[in-house]
Amino acid sequence: MESELKIRLETVNFFYGKQQALKDISFEVYKNKVTAVIGPSGCGKSTLIRLFNRMNELIPNTRLEGKIRLDRQNIYEPQVDVVELRRRVGMVFQKPNPFPKSIFENVSYGLAVNGIKDRDYLAEKVERSLKDAALWKEVSGRLYKSALALSGGQQQRLCIARALAVEPEVILFDEPCSALDPTATLKIEELIQRLKEKYTIIIVTHNMQQAARISDQTAFLMLGELIEYDLTNKIFTSPSKKITEDYITGRFG
Amino acid sequence: MKMNKSLDQKIGFSLIFSMMLITLFFLGSLVYFIAVRGAGIISWQFLTDVPREAMTKGGVAPAIVGTFYLMLGSVLVALPLGVACAIYLCEYSPKKTIVNLIRISINNLAGVPSVVFGLFGLAVFVKFFGFGVSILSGCLTLGIMVLPNIISASQEALIAVPQSHREASLALGATQWQTIKKVVLPGSLPGILTGVILSIGRVAGETAPILFTAGTFYMRGFPKSPLSETMVLPYHIYALMTEGVHPEFQVKIAYGCAFILLILVLLVSSFAIILRQQQRSRYGI
Ligand SMILES: Nc1ncnc2c1ncn2[C@@H]1O[C@H](COP(=O)(O)OP(=O)(O)O)[C@@H](O)[C@H]1O
Ligand SMILES: [Mg+2]
Repeated sequence: MESELKIRLETVNFFYGKQQALKDISFEVYKNKVTAVIGPSGCGKSTLIRLFNRMNELIPNTRLEGKIRLDRQNIYEPQVDVVELRRRVGMVFQKPNPFPKSIFENVSYGLAVNGIKDRDYLAEKVERSLKDAALWKEVSGRLYKSALALSGGQQQRLCIARALAVEPEVILFDEPCSALDPTATLKIEELIQRLKEKYTIIIVTHNMQQAARISDQTAFLMLGELIEYDLTNKIFTSPSKKITEDYITGRFG
Repeated sequence: MKMNKSLDQKIGFSLIFSMMLITLFFLGSLVYFIAVRGAGIISWQFLTDVPREAMTKGGVAPAIVGTFYLMLGSVLVALPLGVACAIYLCEYSPKKTIVNLIRISINNLAGVPSVVFGLFGLAVFVKFFGFGVSILSGCLTLGIMVLPNIISASQEALIAVPQSHREASLALGATQWQTIKKVVLPGSLPGILTGVILSIGRVAGETAPILFTAGTFYMRGFPKSPLSETMVLPYHIYALMTEGVHPEFQVKIAYGCAFILLILVLLVSSFAIILRQQQRSRYGI
């Protein structure tokens, strides 16, 4: 089964000041697949995926070595427009973080900042995105009410809708279910399964079952190093490293 | 043991409660005395007429108008400058040492006695820029005086906006400037307005900074332009209590002015409070 390459990391090292958070990481992310990043907390999962939309740049005194390519283009080259990059690579955060604005304003935010003013187009796009995020039925009657009145799970799906509205190519999820109850978690997982038809998805999780359930590829990270990267099936049935097996069978971490 | 703990708590609560009562008592008696002594003289003429017969008759309308102009004008001066400065310090965060240096200067500025601002205003706005003793000079002087308050209030309000909102905005492809305009500023507006409310109170009450920059204690008419001098309530109170030869009339008028000053501050502040409340409740910040 041949898969198209979407993102490629070439010997990436990342430093917070003098502390090295990622060591010599190389791997490839395939188009229209769900790639899970697992590992004990503090191993560098968030740091790794925040490289793909250059969010780590917001933290002072950080340094990156190596190349990260999106469709062959090194996204850290000076001529790359970071604003445009972040439109192509969306992100859903660990804690739902809707703006203290209406549901409509939340979903249309990314379009509005890209200069789109046409009310009809915006309305259509908001509806489409909310439907894709499986939230439309629950909120269609109160689009102009505050997003903060939604439940945690709804807020997270709103954040997904908000990310979908700008039509990204890749969506990064950083432990999107860690603040949610099991029912809400299930909804998000189903959603991610469907989203991969249109998008390339990278999801950080420290829930092993979740990784096994929803991902095609799994990367296992420890202490900033990529221990093993393979088909999810392979990782969870016959990992090639002892340490991977120990981790996924819950012998530590 | 348990007994002791709940007794301890009871004592603590009663202490705090009595302190609160004492505070309320002082505040209440202030408003009560000013109202009792000042409310009697308030009449339509007092509110709308100019002073007559060596300040013993007529009204204090020019002072009310002048105070209102100064409150409004100084906020117009201080608000954009203060918010811009706070944004620079919080959002663009240049080098730590520069930020700290500016912070220390601002805090020191907040401690400078108001009469010093008056002298500064006289030297710079009245003389150097040639605005003369005028509403404009007064607004600029008072605006600079309350700048530190506005800056600190704005800084606190900006810091209180969750980092996750900034990240969400940037991750959607917004520029930093768009993020500030659409997410950070709206989120911090209630806090900024609190700073404005406090500043309005200070501006309305200060006499020293306007003595040499804007105020005159006697006017037959109303100020005509931003470049004309003006009567103001606090200065008028001061003049009524220290000058003139008819204390039997003047003291009453002074209390009347104090009462109006209280009401005026209350009115303008409640406007800002309503604005703040609207912002807060709009989306439940
Ligand atoms: N802003 C930061 N400044 C300094 N060190 C950080 C920062 N964020 C993360 N780190 C460090 O980098 C390492 C990896 O963190 P992170 O990527 O958040 O791990 P994970 O998401 O796997 O829990 C940790 O040792 C953490 O302490
Ligand atoms: Mg993390």
